[in-house]
Amino acid sequence: MAYSSKVIDHYENPRNVGAFEKDDPTIATGMVGAPACGDVMRLQLKVNEQGIIEDARFKTYGCGSAIASSSLVTEWVKGKTLAQAQEIKNTDIAQELALPPVKIHCSILAEDAIKAAIADYQQKHGGQE
Amino acid sequence: MKLPIYLDYAATTPVDQRVAEKMMEFMTMDGQYGNPASRSHRFGWQAEEAVELARSQVAELVNADPREIVWTSGATESNNLAIKGIAGFYHKKGKHLITLKTEHKAVLDTMRALEREGYEVTYLDVTPDGLVDMAALKAAIRPDTILISIMFVNNEIGVVQDIPAIGELCREKGIVFHVDAAQAAGKVDIDLQQLKVDLMSFSAHKIYGPKGVGALYVRRKPRIRLEAQTHGGGHERGMRSGTLATHQIVGMGEAFRIAKEEMAEERQRFATLRQRLWDGVKDIEQVFLNGDAAQRVPGITNISFNYVEGESLIMALKDIAVSSGSACTSASLEPSYVLRALGMSDELAHSSIRFSIGRYTTEADIDHTIKIVNDAIARLRDMSPLWDMYKEGIDLNSVAWVAH
Repeated sequence: MAYSSKVIDHYENPRNVGAFEKDDPTIATGMVGAPACGDVMRLQLKVNEQGIIEDARFKTYGCGSAIASSSLVTEWVKGKTLAQAQEIKNTDIAQELALPPVKIHCSILAEDAIKAAIADYQQKHGGQE
Repeated sequence: MKLPIYLDYAATTPVDQRVAEKMMEFMTMDGQYGNPASRSHRFGWQAEEAVELARSQVAELVNADPREIVWTSGATESNNLAIKGIAGFYHKKGKHLITLKTEHKAVLDTMRALEREGYEVTYLDVTPDGLVDMAALKAAIRPDTILISIMFVNNEIGVVQDIPAIGELCREKGIVFHVDAAQAAGKVDIDLQQLKVDLMSFSAHKIYGPKGVGALYVRRKPRIRLEAQTHGGGHERGMRSGTLATHQIVGMGEAFRIAKEEMAEERQRFATLRQRLWDGVKDIEQVFLNGDAAQRVPGITNISFNYVEGESLIMALKDIAVSSGSACTSASLEPSYVLRALGMSDELAHSSIRFSIGRYTTEADIDHTIKIVNDAIARLRDMSPLWDMYKEGIDLNSVAWVAH
């Protein structure tokens, strides 16, 4: 399968690979997917007191599109508020990376990872942003 | 060393230069382009002579009578002709067939087609090493079983089935035995005078011949009858009509001739290369060799790299042409059914790579492959949340995953 140059760039030079301490109250962690499906994404957001995402990290087990989708998302969420990050749609990710139809699920997974991380943050903070 | 390195010989092989040159003699105006079925002039006679020489070259590699070789368009057609042909001819005797879950799709899908026509098929499990469980096979045989179809060498994991023993069992029970030998011809010794095999499928392009041609061995003594699947001019004793593709057939004959000559030396060389490859990766943590370690062809090595996803691994191995047990490379999300049939978890199946070496593989190719694989695994594991969890001692089976 021929990937877009953007997917290949993110795959070969992934941005923000790594992990934050998940018990830190400023860190939001979202892990989505399943090994049996061939994709697991862990997205972590570092959120400041103003509710702005200062930094992000990811680790992904998955195909090139899954790695690229999560790498892209870590770039996109930085500087956004949680509410703005919540607005990121899988279609935007798929479009930016020119994902082929069989890889759309990777972008959906990346959107789910953002939502899961935000939900984790809200849970840690008693439902408050 | 030429990049990318081709390590997908089980998918297909380049045509041997000697084969290509032979084929060229049977196409153009300067060559022998006649129709082998033309009986009234020398163009036809020459083409027929070439086809018959090729037929004996194929027969010689497997110690068969040339009259037992039927030309087809490839192993897929041979499998279709064998299985549907037997089912059609012997359906009054019974409508039950037996095969393995790890067979090639050309067998499995043909069986599925027969099921839709009212036949019953038993798809046998294999052992965790990929081998036939003889007790299970015996138990599956019924009075109305007419055909057992089992491949000689598995295309994904390279294990060699005990065809002599299965043949004895079939003969004893009076069941027709078909063997898909697409991956076996030219790789393992095949003696059809000794083996109790009634039908055997061959392909040219797996052993340095051209794509688009194959053959089906149909035993004469005891005689096996088939219902033709392609009707027409009655070529190939009525079993497979259609003008013979002289240049393709000549190519297949030459490829089989070369295989007979060079097989013993190649097998040794492949075994050395295979060992070199395995030695270079086996010390990586959580690496597993798939399929029986002893009963296998040296050309195919299937390895699982746990906690690394197959397609991303293939991307990392972009300088090496290999194939993956992950179906991420296809439209479905199911991992390889062959690896699943070994009882392997989905994630391990997703992380499997088939390295298949062949005639033009060098030591330098293998050494470079080892380096790239080691680097890729380290890089991808560094990026893998599953690897982190494994390192933290978390049992991945205990995690409540959200499947998608």
